[in-house]
Amino acid sequence: MSKGRYGIHGGQYVPETLMNELIKLEKAYEFYKQDAEFNKELQTLLNEYAGRPSLLYYAEKMTKDLGGAKIYIKREDLNHTGSHKINNVLGQVLLAKKMGKTRVIAETGAGQHGVATATAAALMGMECEIFMGKEDTDRQALNVYRMELLGAKVHPVLTETQTLKDAVNETMREWTNRVDDTLYVLGSVMGPHPFPMIVRDFQSVISREAKEQILLKEGKLPGAVVACVGGGSNAMGAFYHFIPDEGVKLIGCEAAGHGVHTDKNAATIANGTLGVFHGMKSYFCQNEYGQIAPVYSISAGLDYPGIGPEHAYLHDTGRAQYVPVTDEEAVEAFEYLARTEGIICAIESAHAVAQVKKMAPSMRQDESIIICLSGRGDKDVAAIARYRGVDIHE
Amino acid sequence: MNRIRKVFENGKAFIGFLTGGDPNIEKSEEFIGKMIDAGCDLVEIGIPFSDPIAEGPVIQAADLRALSAHTTTDDIFKLASRVRSKYADTPLVVMTYLNPVFKYGYERFFENCKKNGIDGIIVPDMPFEEKGELRELAKENGVAVISMIAPTSEERIRAIAEDADENGFLYVVSSMGVTGVRSEIKTDLASIMQAVRAATDIPAAIGFGINTPQQAARMAGLADGVIVGSAIVRLAEQYGEKAGDAIFEYVKSMKDAIR
Repeated sequence: MSKGRYGIHGGQYVPETLMNELIKLEKAYEFYKQDAEFNKELQTLLNEYAGRPSLLYYAEKMTKDLGGAKIYIKREDLNHTGSHKINNVLGQVLLAKKMGKTRVIAETGAGQHGVATATAAALMGMECEIFMGKEDTDRQALNVYRMELLGAKVHPVLTETQTLKDAVNETMREWTNRVDDTLYVLGSVMGPHPFPMIVRDFQSVISREAKEQILLKEGKLPGAVVACVGGGSNAMGAFYHFIPDEGVKLIGCEAAGHGVHTDKNAATIANGTLGVFHGMKSYFCQNEYGQIAPVYSISAGLDYPGIGPEHAYLHDTGRAQYVPVTDEEAVEAFEYLARTEGIICAIESAHAVAQVKKMAPSMRQDESIIICLSGRGDKDVAAIARYRGVDIHE
Repeated sequence: MNRIRKVFENGKAFIGFLTGGDPNIEKSEEFIGKMIDAGCDLVEIGIPFSDPIAEGPVIQAADLRALSAHTTTDDIFKLASRVRSKYADTPLVVMTYLNPVFKYGYERFFENCKKNGIDGIIVPDMPFEEKGELRELAKENGVAVISMIAPTSEERIRAIAEDADENGFLYVVSSMGVTGVRSEIKTDLASIMQAVRAATDIPAAIGFGINTPQQAARMAGLADGVIVGSAIVRLAEQYGEKAGDAIFEYVKSMKDAIR
């Protein structure tokens, strides 16, 4: 069996054209991971440019309102570019540069990863091309323009469902075209090895900080860490350093769209089955013949038919739980957090907020919950208005 | 000698591909018949997949047409069986992505290959490191797993060639990128073929981008066979249900060019 396994999941299911490049990437990563200068450069970028460490904010009003566990919010929304995506991208683009690459390509769903990649590329002087489903370029038009402002070329993907899955397909195709000078900066803990490992490592800064911060504030570990899951990068980052602490519940929130029993959702753990797609063995929404299902979520970032292989493994072993959250619940939580705490979060992150609203009241007051607030919600305001039937001029 | 190896005994092999079920299964049966009648030595039948990441726009669109016509893996097995009953000697190879095979169940899949006269399988998203999970079941059922070599394979060529299934052939990818017609093929295929020859006696065929009889003749000069996909699928796209004659003429012109 090949490398990069998480239980039965993971692996390297890609065309032969990409294999040597994946091997080179793994070698380069294993080298620079140990390299003091690389780590110093990355830490400086994270601190001086991205604004780390991100705050662990005690949401006092929300805590009082829900009347149970103390709620802390890990403010990844306050990072430069407005989401956790920058953590991974700074690492990968720096790695690409060290490898002698001059061009980066990436997929994006909501546009957060695309904006982050375009940002890092601008900063480090790399050529940048972003692939984004046509449906997503329409619903996230502002992010498309942001990427263009940053000097990236954005390609709307017109195939199939025209969302995140298709953007990944197209970016992989483009990578097989041109590997010599190009790194595919994958945006989540998915795809072929070594990407799930690299992205997890770069995102694990979230739980490394959060663990220190919560111990400082509470003097003990949290009762639960809650994060939204599409491919699962913010969740993996938020879970990682808590995995050995078995008393800490790890809860991933999947996009249930109109409901897990309808045909409009993206709840991979609830509805998916084992498969092999996008370079990895994991769970996927698919039919009996292995055709990948069209999925749906109000959130473009969670609108993905699979889940990263390490999450699939955490599910298999029972170390993490994955729960479905509907569009309606997420929108309500989006509005609730804005009114209660004055924070407009990404609709993706609102899925985690919705789950915390459900579970906090039944937890003890001496327990705490950390919500990973993966991104800010400016990009979603127009879509939420549309959802509520409010006519605004964008 | 098995059906696949036999075709490489008589001069250069012409290998034609089409997506099964495009525009429907009945027409696929007719088109495959036309290909074989025109001199196609080995037929690759694509099992359509929703997300074919190694395909260019032409075969992507064909997969979509086939899936829109509700083509399933079971339909492809029936198609193979019907072709096999008419053409006893022409090897049939299915080409698809790993997920449809995995989800169908490796054991059931390869048993059905055997039952329906399928001689080999090509899985473009399964590099040789991942072959282990289906190798034995394929072998037990007499299905050759065709390995691919890419322009970027370099020192991997030896390992792939040595690991390759001796009942099949090696699929040498001519170009970077995905499948699709190319006006020019720039890869140094002579060096790649030299490395292949040094490592194995298994026949090797070149595919990806081959479109014109001139290209076919040049590639046949380097390898034991040429593989043509998108150019045939494009005719199915252009002429739909009436593509039979155009496919016959095209395959004949390509086969003639490498005789």
